[in-house]
Amino acid sequence: MKILVCISQVPDTTSKIAFTDNNSKFNAQGVTWILNPHDEWYALVRALELKEAGIATAVHLVTVGKADVEPVIRKALALGGDEAIRIDAESEDPFTTAIQIAKFAENGGYDLVLCGKESIDYNNGTLGGMLAELLNLNYIAFATKIDIAGGTATVAREIDGGEETDTCPLPLVISCQKGVAEPRIPNMRGIMAARTKPLKVVPAAAVQSVTNIVSFEMPPAKSGVKMIDAENMDELVRLLHSEAKVI
Amino acid sequence: MSVLVFVEHSQGSFRKKSFESVLYAAQIAQNMGGTVTAVVTGNLADGEIAALGEYGAQKVMHYTDARLDNFSSRALAKVVCNAAKKAGAKVIIATHDTTGKAIAPRVAAHFMAGMVAGAISYPDASSGFVVKRNVFSGKAFANVNITSDIKVITLMPNTFPVVKTGGSASVEKMDMAFDDLDFAVKTQSVDKASGDIPLSEAELVVSGGRGMKGPENWYVLEELAKELGAATACSRPVADSHWRPHNEHVGQTGGTIRPNLYIAVGISGAIQHLAGVNGSKTIVVVNKDPEAPFFKAADYGVLGDAMEIVPRITAAVKKFKQNS
Ligand SMILES: Cc1cc2nc3c(=O)[nH]c(=O)nc-3n(C[C@H](O)[C@H](O)[C@H](O)COP(=O)(O)OP(=O)(O)OC[C@H]3O[C@@H](n4cnc5c(N)ncnc54)[C@H](O)[C@@H]3O)c2cc1C
Ligand SMILES: Nc1ncnc2c1ncn2[C@@H]1O[C@H](COP(=O)(O)O)[C@@H](O)[C@H]1O
Repeated sequence: MKILVCISQVPDTTSKIAFTDNNSKFNAQGVTWILNPHDEWYALVRALELKEAGIATAVHLVTVGKADVEPVIRKALALGGDEAIRIDAESEDPFTTAIQIAKFAENGGYDLVLCGKESIDYNNGTLGGMLAELLNLNYIAFATKIDIAGGTATVAREIDGGEETDTCPLPLVISCQKGVAEPRIPNMRGIMAARTKPLKVVPAAAVQSVTNIVSFEMPPAKSGVKMIDAENMDELVRLLHSEAKVI
Repeated sequence: MSVLVFVEHSQGSFRKKSFESVLYAAQIAQNMGGTVTAVVTGNLADGEIAALGEYGAQKVMHYTDARLDNFSSRALAKVVCNAAKKAGAKVIIATHDTTGKAIAPRVAAHFMAGMVAGAISYPDASSGFVVKRNVFSGKAFANVNITSDIKVITLMPNTFPVVKTGGSASVEKMDMAFDDLDFAVKTQSVDKASGDIPLSEAELVVSGGRGMKGPENWYVLEELAKELGAATACSRPVADSHWRPHNEHVGQTGGTIRPNLYIAVGISGAIQHLAGVNGSKTIVVVNKDPEAPFFKAADYGVLGDAMEIVPRITAAVKKFKQNS
């Protein structure tokens, strides 16, 4: 069984969020890039576990991005995985990113495609569904547990207010979140091995974007906290009712 | 110009977020001079379907195939695509919940349509088709222009007020062809807290962090939540320590919520926690440390010990309810 894991790089959560070019572009200056946590901690680690358990025979990593994403991809390879593929395209429009991966994956013989529940920068959470549609596969979103046996996946997934367990024969696309696996830290051997693992570069397919970000805005600043005397919770309730109008 | 809206029901009845999506679609249709068709599936009584008319749907397409009650993103996306073609829809709306998030990207890819996930504004058609959404976990907004002919939007629940506008909808029973793969995903079991308000839909939320000291103290938060009719949530370390179930964990790696009121008790306000709650309209912070970062993101703050303050708030709410 071959697994493809979709990975992307994102600004570290503590990065300062700022924009340039008249608020139309993200200001990447001074930003530390990390692997998207949902991809790294859950999708990738679960794929590696399935390989260690002898269920998967190969784990490939794929990313859509220009050469500047390679250091982060090497970090992913240090956790494990047999090879990485970088599709040489800007990843700006979620749909074109999905097409790039679909075009690469369609003849790759992958039985399972794993991605993260969303990238923590643009928070779209759309790649898995788009990819499944383009590959004409089934799709289970927001997995919290994935087991594979006899060519069938058993997947627990988040639903509103609870959890549901589904089964589906492979091939399948699954988006992963917390619960699927426990985060790992790469060890020295993995880091050394990653240096010589193949990182293939695939040319981009010609595709037309269907969205573009016109501008960014910062949320309006909070006017400042109003401290309420701990002895006077009637005042808090009064304010919530007559000022904030929420109760 | 026609707008299509897919709405989910929960065991035969619609929730507020479904009505909100219908209202949103109706407003877009009105702004752009068009009609609204709602799509529903599965076991649903006609009376319940008719309610969608009161929120602006002019027509409802009801796909009655019983297999649709078993959730399959592939089958439901096919239904929405089928309905969109029949209605000649140019704008397709779904709710930004676990169902909509699984289906809408498929529908968008099918039509090679641009999609905005988690819209928090109406489309601005003055130059293009621009919709606002949260990015960087609520630390900023992006205005996204959809340039394709067909446009797909999932609406962030709790963004617009839900009020009946009056009106009635005609209902058409629909049937379509599926293939076996459409129903290859089989539900084996569902584990759902019944009767409670799902956190993602709650207008009022009471949340606790490590400052609560242990699960045995949660009763004070539950009492306040009960008095307010609120849902309960928690910070990540609380769920990691199994003090509370994982579906209550909010933040960057947990759920994202935007209730009208978020009461955070004994939570420091780390950036990863704020990422899940900073869309809340009003934030109350109870913390014993005046330097807790959460106070900077709060509207109202109370300095003190959780076990003393929370029961006082509960008592004050009780008193307020008796007097009003
Ligand atoms: C990549 C990444 C992702 C993360 N994702 C999330 C996420 O999704 N959600 C999340 O919540 N965290 C997340 N975290 C963790 C986050 O950084 C914080 O560690 C976490 O939110 C802290 O939880 P807390 O506020 O409950 O605990 P603490 O930081 O320990 O804070 C406890 C607070 O309680 C107060 N307190 C103590 N005793 C009392 C008392 N008796 N009465 C009143 N107040 C009291 C203290 O003053 C303190 O402010 C993530 C971290 C990383 C690195
Ligand atoms: N540029 C990319 N290259 C490869 N995978 C990606 C890329 N962007 C997003 N993904 C995958 O898709 C998931 C959801 O991302 P998104 O839909 O962009 O929020 C991520 O967690 C990744 O697994």
